[in-house]
Amino acid sequence: MSMLTLLFYAIALLIVAATAMAVTRRNMVHAVLYLVLSFFGTAMLFYLLGAPFLAALEIIIYAGAIMVLFLFLIMMIRLKKLPGMFFPVGQLLPAILISAGFLTVSSVMVGRNASGWAPMPAAQASPMAFGVYLFQTHWLAVEIASMLLLVALVGAYILGRRVRGPSADTRKEAP
Amino acid sequence: MIVPLNHILLLSGLLFSLGMFCTLARRNLIMMLLGIEIMLNAAAVGFVGASLHWQQMEGQAIVIFILAVAATEVSIGLAAILVVYRRTDSVDPDMNAALWEKGGQR
Repeated sequence: MSMLTLLFYAIALLIVAATAMAVTRRNMVHAVLYLVLSFFGTAMLFYLLGAPFLAALEIIIYAGAIMVLFLFLIMMIRLKKLPGMFFPVGQLLPAILISAGFLTVSSVMVGRNASGWAPMPAAQASPMAFGVYLFQTHWLAVEIASMLLLVALVGAYILGRRVRGPSADTRKEAP
Repeated sequence: MIVPLNHILLLSGLLFSLGMFCTLARRNLIMMLLGIEIMLNAAAVGFVGASLHWQQMEGQAIVIFILAVAATEVSIGLAAILVVYRRTDSVDPDMNAALWEKGGQR
């Protein structure tokens, strides 16, 4: 068992533990912070699996941008304490059943793949080679993704603007 | 030599089921969106492992698009949750239908 193998299992344990903590926290700020830890672990995992560029992107976009967006929203709205149980039983049982069922089925399917049990040799895709590959073979998809991000920008602007602009309460207060 | 592909896929499946549990069990729109993020991330882990197994960069290219979709989804989703919160004063998916009417008449 080499050092990289040990490192993989340690990181996998960290990711699963942090995600499980995030899923069960009542305080949403704590959940987001645990999830940032989990995404840092995922970035280390990507580096280990030979994708250093994706590791950097994971930290910048997932742990940096997306989680900070969540934190902004959580701190912007003041939530009252929800009545009732944290996990309602009528919702908890189907959720556990569906997740456990998915886990069982996927594990069985993965386990039947006999060629996947051999350890893989370590390899690394350099960021430059990856960039050249991405823009040579997937340039159209990159353009479509940029279009999608533009749509997201416009959509978020419109959604955020409508409530503050000529909304119901300002119109009512005017006369 | 690092780990076999199946261990990576099992880790990915475990993360995916955790995200699915978060989406299904929590009664909070923000936590549901967080669960969807966990699921997208789990899929990305699987793709990177497959990319190493077959020594192809295809899997890593798909992870780039997963990142783009995740960023889009979270910005639109959080903006929509903010609209819902301003109309109904709550982020509970159950209470919204009744409170939305009240918020609309206000």
